[in-house]
Order: sequence, then C-alpha cells, then structure tokens
Amino acid sequence: MITNIFKKYRFLLLRRVSQLGILALYFSANAYGFKVLTGTLSSSLLFSTVPLSDPFAVMQMFAAGAVLGADALIGALIVFIFYATVGGRAFCSWVCPINMVTDLANWLRRVLLLDKVERKVWLGRSVRYKVLILSLILSAITGVAAFEIVSPISMLHRGIVFGMGMGGAAVLSIFLFDLFAVKNGWCGHICPLGAFYSLSSKVSILRVKHNQPNCTLCMKCKDVCPEKQILSLIGKESGDVSSGECTNCGRCIEVCDDDALSFGIRNYINKNG
Amino acid sequence: MSNLNSKKPVITKRRKFLSTMAQSVGLSVLGGMVWTGYIEEAKSAPLILRPPGAKSEPDFLRMCIKCGQCAEACPYDTLRMAKPGDNKPMGTPFFIPRDVPCYMCTDIPCVPVCPTGALDEDSVSVVTEGEKVLDINRSKMGIAVVDEESCIAFWGIQCDACHRACPLMDEAIVLEFKRNERTGKHAFLIPKVMGDVCTGCGLCERACVTEKAAIFVLPHEVAQGKVGDRYIKGWDANDEKRLNDVSTDVTTQTKRSELAPQDYLNSEEVLFDN
Repeated sequence: MITNIFKKYRFLLLRRVSQLGILALYFSANAYGFKVLTGTLSSSLLFSTVPLSDPFAVMQMFAAGAVLGADALIGALIVFIFYATVGGRAFCSWVCPINMVTDLANWLRRVLLLDKVERKVWLGRSVRYKVLILSLILSAITGVAAFEIVSPISMLHRGIVFGMGMGGAAVLSIFLFDLFAVKNGWCGHICPLGAFYSLSSKVSILRVKHNQPNCTLCMKCKDVCPEKQILSLIGKESGDVSSGECTNCGRCIEVCDDDALSFGIRNYINKNG
Repeated sequence: MSNLNSKKPVITKRRKFLSTMAQSVGLSVLGGMVWTGYIEEAKSAPLILRPPGAKSEPDFLRMCIKCGQCAEACPYDTLRMAKPGDNKPMGTPFFIPRDVPCYMCTDIPCVPVCPTGALDEDSVSVVTEGEKVLDINRSKMGIAVVDEESCIAFWGIQCDACHRACPLMDEAIVLEFKRNERTGKHAFLIPKVMGDVCTGCGLCERACVTEKAAIFVLPHEVAQGKVGDRYIKGWDANDEKRLNDVSTDVTTQTKRSELAPQDYLNSEEVLFDN
C-alpha cells in the first residue's frame, strides 16, 4: 500500500524534496550562516566556490546595457549549459518555488471540478514568448532588468530567504489566477522565464518517452500534464516528448498505469527508437 | 470575380496574418506601457542609500542582479533587500542608518561577494606598494546633512554625539567653535560635515540624540548641488584645473545671433525688437 502510493507519487515527492530542500539551503545560508548555497535564485554561490546565475536575468541585464562581472557571466553559463544539454525545462518543476503555488491551484481545480463548469478565458500558450521579447525590449528602454523587478518568482523566493513584505499579494494573485481564471495560467502561458527555458531546452537529452503499444488511451497523463499540448504523441506513436515546453516533472509517468511512459535519454540516432 | 460578388467578405491568409500581428502589437504596447510605467515609478525612489562601493544609481539598477549576497555577508544586518511594499526598486539592497548604520568593516565583506560588479571593489580600494588594499574610508554611500534648526548644538547645548560617533572623527565631522552671544560666556560646538571625507555610513544619524535625527545621511544626488564651469576658485590652483576641460564653443544662440554685430547694432528694427 505505502509502496504503491510512493510509486504513484514518486516524482512529485522527489520534486517537493528538491524544491523545499533548495529553499531550505538558501534560507539557512542567510539565517544560520550554513553556506552551501548562498544568495538567491537570481545569483548564488555553491559551496562558496561555484557561481550560479539566472541566465534570463543576465540576458535582461545585457539588454539594459550593463557590463557584468565575470562571476555572474560564468554562473549564467553554467546554469544555461546544464539545462540546455541535460535538464531541459526542469527548473520550472524541480526548483522554482512558484511551482508549488500553481500546482496547488491546479490540484484544487481538479478537486473542485472547476474545469468542467468555468467560463473559458482564452489565453494563448505563446503569450509567454511575447512577454519574453517584451521584457527584453523594456529592459533596453528602461535600463533595468524588466522582468526581474516584477518577477513573482524572485518575490516569493527572496521573501522566504529575506522576509516577505507585501510579496504575498503577488503570490496570492497568481494562485487565484491559476485557480479561477486560466488553467496553468502563469507557468504555462505567461511566465517569460518558463518561456526562456522552453526555448533553451529544445535539444536537452533528458526526455519523457512514450511506448505506444502499452498505451490504453486512458488520458490520465493529459489530465495531470501542465503543458498537455506536448503530449500530442500519446496513443499515436512511440518516441520522445521532444517539445522544450515539457518541464520534466514526471507526473505523466507516475499516473500511467500501463507503463507506457518513462524517463529516458533523447534518441538522436534513430528517430523512431 | 465570383468572390467579389458574393456577400461574404474574403478572409485571406494575408489579412489574417496582418490582423493577428496587429492584435499582438496592440496587446504588447498596452502591457508594455503599464509595465514601463511601473518600472519608471519604482526607479524614481531617490532617497535610497546603497551598500559601500555601489555604482551610480542608474548603473547600479542596471547591474544589480538582486541576489542578496551582500546582505547575507553583512555581519550587522545593516543591508536589507527591498521587499514589495518598501517602495524601493524591488529586490535591491539598501540600508536605513537610523535603524542600523554601516559599521564600516575594514574587510568590507559585502563588496567582494557581488557577482556582477554592481558593488565595485576598485572604488573602495587603494593601491599601496603595488598591492590593492580594501579601504572602507573611500566609500561614498551618501553624505551627512545637519538640520541646524533641530540640532541642539546650534542652540548652545553641549552635544557632540555625532562627532564622537563618527569613525572619521575630526575628519568627516569637525567641531566649529563659535561664541555664544546669548549667554556671553559660552561657546557653540557646532558639527560641520566635510563633504569630501564623509562616507555616509550613518553612525552619526544613529547616534543623534534628538527624537528624529538632526543629522542624517542623504544620497549624493539629493544632497549636493553642482557649481558647473562658470565659477572657479581663482585662488586655488587645483580648482583652476577644472577649466582645462571646459569647452569654449558654447555660445548663447538668440534670434539676434543670426546677424553680425555691425548689422544688428546699426539696425534699429533688430536692436529694439523685443
């Protein structure tokens, strides 16, 4: 029974451990001087030696006309290369603290059957790419990293590390928006950081794989997927979920009762392998 | 031709493409305006004191990645990260000297940790014998200003709390002695801030005994004027050097400048025209 529950939620549990663990490391660096991961998600220092920076923040700062120090650049490069080659868009579902907020909203939507009754508010999935471009343009115009100054991700993250202030209001508004207005509204439609990682992880190797012969078309995977447009191959053909918009959250894999989905390495050699 | 005659308007691919583009542009402009409005508003918080070695405010806002490593490095919790509701540029470090001033650590732990260079190590270092050494006394976080009305030393009451609290006592704050005409037998001990030495650490503001501090730190842009090129200290050879960079081809252009002097001086019309 317990092992069964664990099997059904193994990636969800691991993700929560990862998200909360990372938050705890940042928090304890500031509060107790436990210096494993100092700074915030914008820029940090791992084990007091390895710099890590948010590549999208650095990109906006370039657009704003900043000449940056080497630590920020090296850090951004390390993070960018990791996600672009290996992790894919894993930041969104394994690191970002907003994911816990929007996952809660999404879960409540399913429990309250809001999808079935709610009036549809139309919002395209491509809006995020426009927000991404807009934030670079506005950075250039205003001379400030435009998304960083309004980012609810850093508001929540910095809020946990340094004190919340009125930041809770921004987080609450995202929660309510996702719950009552648009399903996966923030992470799947608006967030330019998610858009950035979607674009940068087009070729990353860690992928969800579909084994079509096992699929019974129960569609549980599409029910839980926060980006269900990426699961267009379900029941049709075997292969990789190749879209960069996949956050590698693994929910589809754990809800599948038929072993039709699994994590794997992207097959570059034989496209149908 | 049949298409033109039918009542249903033709929706061509091009029309569709153009209108979708126009829609995106429209929404982006609307969103962009609101967004820019917010950013400009947030940027214009002038009464903010930055950590030691901070670049000028516009450059600082450009370069600060809002990671908080300076605030974490500060052993006195002087530095705070601007939260929503603080009405300061979000996520940037600042300090309020009346609460916690900068205690001027000689190893300046907040500056070298900055990953972007928004806090510039060179601006708080001196080179001695070919070696770069940190020197907190070179920092320019702000400048202390005295409100003569509420400073009790100006009343004639003896108080030199700010003077004694100053880490650069007798350099950044000096006491000026003046005769107190009211009593005829006492002296005023008046604090005077030396603007070129003051680092803006705020220890004076913290120490001030009045209910609201009578000496307080303001950012340089707020507290200081600028003489410009038109006035120099003629008795000061150093100040005269400023003239070296002055451009001489700035002339005032009026309507009259279009004519040569002999023309407009001889023409009544032009001479008395407005």
